[in-house]
Amino acid sequence: MIVFALYIAIFVVSWLLVKLLVHRALNDFTARKTVTFGDESAVRPSRIASVVSILTIFLLWGAFTGSTWVPKFLHAPGPFVGDASFTYTAEADGVEPDEATVTVRVFPVGEETEDPEVDPGDGWAKNDSASVGAWRSGLVRVDQNDDHGRDAGHRVVAVNGQPIEPGGEVITEYGRVGMSPKGTLNFEPAKGWQMEPIWLPAPEAVLSRLVEISRDGYRDSTLWEHLGWSLFRVIAGFFFGALIGIPLGYAMGLSDWFRGWFDPIVEFMRPVPPLALIPLVIIWAGIGEAGKIILLFLAALWIMAIAARSGVSGVKISKVHAAYSLGASKVQILRHVIIPNSLPDIFTGARVAMGVCWGTVVAAELVAAEKGAGMMIMVASKFQLTDIVIMGIILIGVIGFGIDMLMRLAERKLVPWKGRG
Amino acid sequence: MSGLSIQNLSMRFDLPNGSSVQALKDVSLDLAQGELLSVLGPSGCGKTTLLNIVAGFLAPTDGKIILNGHEVRGPAAERGMVFQQGALFEWMNVRDNVSFGPRMAGKREKDYGANVDHLLEVVGLRDFKEKAVYELSGGMQQRVALARCLANDPDVILMDEPLGALDALTREKMQSLVLKLWKETGKTIILITHSVEEALLLGERLLVMAPRPGRIHREYRLPFADLGAGQDLRAVKKHPDFATTREEILGMIWDMEEEIMGRSETAGAAS
Repeated sequence: MIVFALYIAIFVVSWLLVKLLVHRALNDFTARKTVTFGDESAVRPSRIASVVSILTIFLLWGAFTGSTWVPKFLHAPGPFVGDASFTYTAEADGVEPDEATVTVRVFPVGEETEDPEVDPGDGWAKNDSASVGAWRSGLVRVDQNDDHGRDAGHRVVAVNGQPIEPGGEVITEYGRVGMSPKGTLNFEPAKGWQMEPIWLPAPEAVLSRLVEISRDGYRDSTLWEHLGWSLFRVIAGFFFGALIGIPLGYAMGLSDWFRGWFDPIVEFMRPVPPLALIPLVIIWAGIGEAGKIILLFLAALWIMAIAARSGVSGVKISKVHAAYSLGASKVQILRHVIIPNSLPDIFTGARVAMGVCWGTVVAAELVAAEKGAGMMIMVASKFQLTDIVIMGIILIGVIGFGIDMLMRLAERKLVPWKGRG
Repeated sequence: MSGLSIQNLSMRFDLPNGSSVQALKDVSLDLAQGELLSVLGPSGCGKTTLLNIVAGFLAPTDGKIILNGHEVRGPAAERGMVFQQGALFEWMNVRDNVSFGPRMAGKREKDYGANVDHLLEVVGLRDFKEKAVYELSGGMQQRVALARCLANDPDVILMDEPLGALDALTREKMQSLVLKLWKETGKTIILITHSVEEALLLGERLLVMAPRPGRIHREYRLPFADLGAGQDLRAVKKHPDFATTREEILGMIWDMEEEIMGRSETAGAAS
């Protein structure tokens, strides 16, 4: 909630600040428009907003993970680390209640540590020492070194002077002291507002993991092999899907019989999400490459068939008539009119298909694979290696974005007439 | 026999609701080689249907079309077509559009190249050969469409409101161009238009069609196309007969439109 409120606050404050401080003297046509609310073409993304938006994400990420990339004073309060202490009051049969101090060393998880040395003190209740990792909790058996143990009716009745009973708790300045139903104390040092690395690692941890994995690999394969396999599957599945789907779409756009025959199949298969086919494909083809490529083939097939079909039906009849009147044969019309006219639709379909295939391959690898981007994050998640999971997600996003950019570039180069007929 | 002969053409469409529309009824017409016929009429009189049948895109329910002694059974290179919106191939540049017909016929560049360049010169697009067609203005696109049609050397050119989408000024220039090309090439041309003035200026013969069923209402033989080939079109418009004929035809079409409107109004009142 705090993060969300901060995010909204940064959004609003930076907006107001930029409004107040930045006055660009733009004089192009759009800048002179007085009606911008409702004129979609007059809404241009504010570059400053984009930069601030990305910085904000990293700022919040860094601040709540204690990142070294974010200056210390911006860090959210971290977990308590150091020596914490609290006192307890114990009662035992036949003796006066006595008080003693517990000193707990809270250490960052993963570091070597030892219990602090303490002086046992006077009275029958002796001072105790223990150590607990930050974000963890630990039992403190305060009765162990006391003169009157449990068999003498030892029970803790107060912590820091505040009464406590089994199942209850006392909040101290160093954290929470709880009591189990059986009467054992349990110390949970203050967690602060930062995220524990197993939930959300700091950005630099993700980066160093990226460097490490791109150098050493993960699960017997290099990072490039993992990503390369995912890409290979996408490209192979898309290739076969397009190879069958485009001619199928053309046939459906050009022939009654093909249209009638394949319409029910295509219309039925189109709304079936490819992910729903994963179990069946695994049953039929196993978890190897063949199964994945079949799955991606099926994901791309219907999209490409429908794109090609709409490309054919999108051709203006006057163009076909003109070509016939100029003496073109059917084959020539297919080659010189219908195919080029359908290319913009096919490119749109290809972009959609590549996006769907990329999503499907990751999901398929999550289910079962030996190599691949999805397998990498799935295995890492089983070992709580959240940094690898986040690294994988970012890489998957970057590659998906890259594929779309490449397709757009190819579209601009190859079908410059798109939308201009 | 040379020339185009339209014999007892009828066209009836059946509608899904069981009724039918008589788009054309018993239309007959003979057109000699090199004649320019313009066709006028209110909307729904079947002019475009007539043109599509002559082009071979539609098969008539009755009657036939004879061109140079052969019956028309489908689209062919002998009957070129110019559409209202160019119908250009935007994936080809201007020159490839114009040379489309010869290329499809399997001719070589050295056989058609000179002619294509000449035609581009005639329509005033010499400097735009390599341009993409979608970069051209509407008027220029229609010039490409004209040149593309001529490059195929058809016997008959069919024009379906070829200048309808152009602004008045461009339209006037294009009218002169059509007349010039007609005189230079001696092609038989059928031109469909909504504009009475254009029909008068360009039509050596003028057909006024009436709707429901589509039929020939009246035919004119006009001197203005010949005059226009020699002099400025504006001067032709000042000819005393021009204004009289225009008023006569306009009145005719007005009456037809009124009749249609009146009929639908009474139909509306009855229901």
